[in-house]
Amino acid sequence: MAYSYSIRDINYRFDDLKDLLAKASPPRSGDYLAGIAATTAVERMAARMCLADLPLSIFLSEAVIPYEADEVTRLIIDRHDGVAFSEISHLTVGDFRDWLLADSTDEATLSRVAPGITSEMAAAVSKLMRNQDLVLSAKKCRVITRFRNTIGLPGRLSVRLQPNHPTDDLRGIAASMLDGLLYGCGDAVVGVNPVSDNLSGLIGLLNMLDEVRRRFDIPSQSCVLTHVTNTIRAIEHGAPVDLVFQSIGGTEKTNASFGINLDLLHEAHEAAQSLRRGSVGDNVMYFETGQGSALSADGNFGVDQQTCEARAYAVAREFRPLLTNTVVGFIGPEYLYDGKQIIRAGLEDHFCGKLLGVPLGCDICYTNHAEADQDDMDTLLTLLGAAGVTFIMGVPGADDVMLNYQSTSFHDALYLRALLGLKRAPEFEAWLKKMKITGAEGQLLTAASDHPLLSVLPEATGAQDERNHSD
Amino acid sequence: MSEIIRIDPWQRFRRFTSARIALGRAGSSLPTAELLRLGLAHAEARDAVHLPLDVAALERDLQATPYRTLGVHSRAPDRAIYLLRPDLGRRLDDASATRLAEQPSRGFDILFTVADGLSPVAVQRHALPLLQSLEPRLPADWSVAPLVIAEQSRVALGDEIGELLGAKTVVMLIGERPGLSSPDSLGIYLTFAPKIGRTDAERNCISNIRPEGLNYDAAAKKLVWLLGEARRRQLSGVLLKDTSESLELK
Repeated sequence: MAYSYSIRDINYRFDDLKDLLAKASPPRSGDYLAGIAATTAVERMAARMCLADLPLSIFLSEAVIPYEADEVTRLIIDRHDGVAFSEISHLTVGDFRDWLLADSTDEATLSRVAPGITSEMAAAVSKLMRNQDLVLSAKKCRVITRFRNTIGLPGRLSVRLQPNHPTDDLRGIAASMLDGLLYGCGDAVVGVNPVSDNLSGLIGLLNMLDEVRRRFDIPSQSCVLTHVTNTIRAIEHGAPVDLVFQSIGGTEKTNASFGINLDLLHEAHEAAQSLRRGSVGDNVMYFETGQGSALSADGNFGVDQQTCEARAYAVAREFRPLLTNTVVGFIGPEYLYDGKQIIRAGLEDHFCGKLLGVPLGCDICYTNHAEADQDDMDTLLTLLGAAGVTFIMGVPGADDVMLNYQSTSFHDALYLRALLGLKRAPEFEAWLKKMKITGAEGQLLTAASDHPLLSVLPEATGAQDERNHSD
Repeated sequence: MSEIIRIDPWQRFRRFTSARIALGRAGSSLPTAELLRLGLAHAEARDAVHLPLDVAALERDLQATPYRTLGVHSRAPDRAIYLLRPDLGRRLDDASATRLAEQPSRGFDILFTVADGLSPVAVQRHALPLLQSLEPRLPADWSVAPLVIAEQSRVALGDEIGELLGAKTVVMLIGERPGLSSPDSLGIYLTFAPKIGRTDAERNCISNIRPEGLNYDAAAKKLVWLLGEARRRQLSGVLLKDTSESLELK
């Protein structure tokens, strides 16, 4: 069905719902690359005004990717909760923005309505929202998940400790992990991106992470971020798998490019749950997403990258994940060109994920060929902290020496805590105090040179300690 | 000033990783020295992306090799468009395509392409020593095409170059996306029977070539092995890689 909107006697026509959504999107390079973005600023506003007048229910009758052709569309439609939707079914997209911002719409309301909101509804309303609307509305959403600790409580911020190493060296990974723990990070997960997908190497990593956790009784979880089929094999070999990782996208074809489908994710979910390793809950999945993956896989079908991303959260929601991470600036400038586009995308993703009931964190990051720098990351970090982001990354010095990009550091997490008074997951906070890593108020103490955690790695034997590693 | 900065008492862990650990802190934040060190590394990576390839200097350098050189340019006219439109970096501009089509094609066994990619400085620094390490290792009976220097180029530009020059195998030396600790990392991509439309799964890659990463001789040795296997099995890509890895285990 075509849509049109007139401004000053000029009629702007939009071929269908996905065309309208694409043209209503804030400008970003990936939509231009796909050839679907608005060509003028006024055309973009015409699309937004047209979109604002559409009833939310239109997204239940007109799919952006046909139901018959795509299992993600089928998931979105089949899982839609009509009872939850009834509270907002009379609203237009424009009304929906007002409703989200209304004082009477609180945390309880949003939790109740979440199963009635589809990915496309969330994406559509976000396109009418300013950055401050995205921050304020996301702040009202509450998504709490549990495995060995409780993530997402009010006034809390968790951190994924990301101790990557360019050759998967176990001591190198342990060194970064200890650095992070001693900086009070790691309550979301200690998650390693391995270089190799060799099974025995993966199991070696899983064993090392689990040994450190058990030795110090750390109330957190570990994950090796390899393909879901590798993790299933590791489980079959008896490896200590806490969380199952997988990159996911918002269309069936995107997921096929990742070598997955919904059945495979169900299989992995059941395998991890059967281990019953969680002590306070059974959220066992860790997903990563990011705008642009669908176009990159030639699986966007003319749908804008932000709507595709919101559809990925429908996939995530199906598996009650502990964590879902939008890796916002990793994909490169052909999808998100500069700091402005990365910041906007990070806020959109966080809002859409939370609105749908997904525990959204953000890898606030950029590559060196994007027009962005650490100042842009500070801006997004601060905004997402204010918006109540579930978790962020903790990478030593913000420099991932394996993936070659910049994210947020252990210091950045401390900055956000100091600025906004954010606490860690309560179980982890208590452990840090017990370990004398933090003091009574959660502030970082100066670690003693004989701190027990330091005994994990052998004493120095050579004179290499003074090596200047960074330049 | 030392009491202002909290020093982390695990400096010894630095020998296990190049990651930026045990940085210490000023309050919650990075000490000034570390802040500046990170800023410098980012500056080097930014310059690596944006400072253009000095083609004249590279041509002069390559006179030390037995190869005649040809220059080509992709359809991306400048760096900004190159970054926004990867598709344009994968095709030759009209003038370049015409020039290559006019070359006498002789069914070369191998074609080397040196391309700026995302780090021209990597090419500027490492292309010559790598080619010099490689040259004596190549079988004497292989015919080698003129060496093509490509500007604003992505990996797949080698497909069109190889197709136009009638090469059986194209070997592309290209600057990789710079990391903070590796602004000048060179990559090699080998593609058998190059033609427009080849996918990345049909290529073999040797990555992180620089003195601090994979050294020239090791990279050259690996490439010669891959070239021999590609020629013997008449293919490149995932299938070749699998065999290579199982052989390495022996």
